[in-house]
Amino acid sequence: MTEIHATGRSLPNRLDKPLKSAVLSWESLLVLVAVGIFILNSFASPYFLNAWSLSDLTFNFTEKALIALAMALLIISGEIDLSVAAIIALASTMMGLALQYGADTPTLVAVGVGVGILCGAFNGFLVTGLKLPSIVVTIGTMSLFRGIAFIVLGDQSFKGYPASFSWFGQGYVYWVISFELVLFLVCAVIYWVLLHRTNFGRRVFAIGNNDVAAQFSGVRVDRIKFILFCLTGLMSGIAAVLLTARLGSTRPSIAEGFELEAITMVVLGGVSILGGAGSIIGVVLAALIVGLVTFGLGLLNVPGIVMTIFTGSLLIVVIALPILFRMWRNRA
Amino acid sequence: MKLIKLLATTTAVAVLLAAPAYAQTRIALVVKSLGNGFFDAANKGAQEAAAELGGIEVIYTGPTAATAEAQIEVVNSLIAQQVDAIAISANDPDALVPALQKAMERGIKVVSFDSGVAPEGRQIHLNPSDNALIGETIIKLAADYLPEGGQVAILSAASTATNQNAWIEAAKAALPEKFANIELVATVYGDDDSVKSTDEAKGLIAAYPDLKAIIAPTTVGVVAAAQVVTDQGLIGKINVTGLALPSEFKQFIDNGASQAVALWNPIDLGYSAVYLANDLIKGEEAAPGKTFSIGRVGEVTLDDTNAAAMAVPFQFDKTNIEEFSKIY
Repeated sequence: MTEIHATGRSLPNRLDKPLKSAVLSWESLLVLVAVGIFILNSFASPYFLNAWSLSDLTFNFTEKALIALAMALLIISGEIDLSVAAIIALASTMMGLALQYGADTPTLVAVGVGVGILCGAFNGFLVTGLKLPSIVVTIGTMSLFRGIAFIVLGDQSFKGYPASFSWFGQGYVYWVISFELVLFLVCAVIYWVLLHRTNFGRRVFAIGNNDVAAQFSGVRVDRIKFILFCLTGLMSGIAAVLLTARLGSTRPSIAEGFELEAITMVVLGGVSILGGAGSIIGVVLAALIVGLVTFGLGLLNVPGIVMTIFTGSLLIVVIALPILFRMWRNRA
Repeated sequence: MKLIKLLATTTAVAVLLAAPAYAQTRIALVVKSLGNGFFDAANKGAQEAAAELGGIEVIYTGPTAATAEAQIEVVNSLIAQQVDAIAISANDPDALVPALQKAMERGIKVVSFDSGVAPEGRQIHLNPSDNALIGETIIKLAADYLPEGGQVAILSAASTATNQNAWIEAAKAALPEKFANIELVATVYGDDDSVKSTDEAKGLIAAYPDLKAIIAPTTVGVVAAAQVVTDQGLIGKINVTGLALPSEFKQFIDNGASQAVALWNPIDLGYSAVYLANDLIKGEEAAPGKTFSIGRVGEVTLDDTNAAAMAVPFQFDKTNIEEFSKIY
């Protein structure tokens, strides 16, 4: 005879027990990898454990990581934006143009961020309004945005940004803590709350898992996707401000290849490239790992091509591991 | 964790054993991108200078992609390593400035070579040559093989090309005093396009039957002209010369369509950059008008922007084209 409980069965929030899932999670593996690389680096180079070295290290990834935060949400929702680096180029060019007309620092920042949002909105309109696939749209706008930058600048460059503007990319808030790093950490917290603690975030996951089902459940799929494209544009605009300030100049070839590095961080952070799963903590850790690896190998003067091979292998391992793990589990 | 620590320790030991003593002077040679024969040759020269000077370790490095952003990452890691000097061929004259200024603030000497950095981002810039030297050289290349003098013509790049126009001006200026028996009959423009350059070369040959030499101060034009001379069976009658990449041009030195051509020598560039960096490390100050000795290459004098021209373009002929065609 089965006993009947008066209180009924308690329903767990998660399928795995909290401790087990925490230990086995992708994030804890990333923490382990990050700590491991940190220890390796400090043994391998006598120059690594130095406050200024570690501070310089953060400049290698903050701009790309800022974009990766928004890109993570976009990829979780099942879309992608390949035009982010081109948005940086266009936003930077427009800031340079504004500078020629005597814009001051607040105006320059507003122009950079504004152009970013407009570009993102344009992508969002093409994807949600005209129902075009995002990969095709953003390959197109990638050429379009950078093309405009090339038309404006040709082989010239804009320079002479004011010192107060340069502070965004070169300044320090306190001692070795750069403004770029602080901004990244603040944004990471905001995106963490947005994705993991709000209805909006739940809807992003729902759309990524099944956008038709989400639509029938009353989620305004197109509106949320449009907002996500605007957010990615906004972060690209912010990255444009930081990068332009750090370089002190604008050339149409600025930020070339940044889109792939940002997507690398997102995928390495455990966001499913098929959509529907992922976490901000994972993306932040992945950005840190990418920064640690490139800077660590740089300190040993390992040629860049080796770093590229390393990042590529890391990415393949990351995508293959969960699949292999599942195969192994099903066999057992 | 045990495994990681073990790995870390073994790697650290291996690295420490492999790394040279940190006491010596370290000069980083930062190039536009790795895997480029031109810069590999520059590194060869840098190593040669390091061996001559003694006690210097040259760190040959650069990004995989030829972008300013990637080069800044390389510079940042060199700043962290507290190298003594950075000699850089920059992917962007402006974007590298803040990173290199940071390097200088931390006591690192900065020299740019080949592709320069704006004056505020470096202490010395080393140009491979200068307009006057190049202009004189391209005429001399033709004149050396015309003891009795004669007619020559110039096949240039675009009529708006800043570099080529400056060299041609310098060549014209050198003509009356130094090469009195050489007559420059025409200057035509091939726009750095193979087809147009070929047509222009054919036009020159048709228009001037007594033409003794075609001077092309562009790597595209010089190949096109040499091909025309070869195809029309004019080898020995018309000498093609100018600025050429040894690897592209070797066949025309071999078949006699050209006696000699010239271009910057990357080996000497790397060699001289290390000499200049070493002088700065030793405490020499860079100032306009100051003269630096650069070993076997000679000496250079800084101009108003602390830039210097290394030497006349390096000449390639039958005796050395084989060797340099393998380099770049």
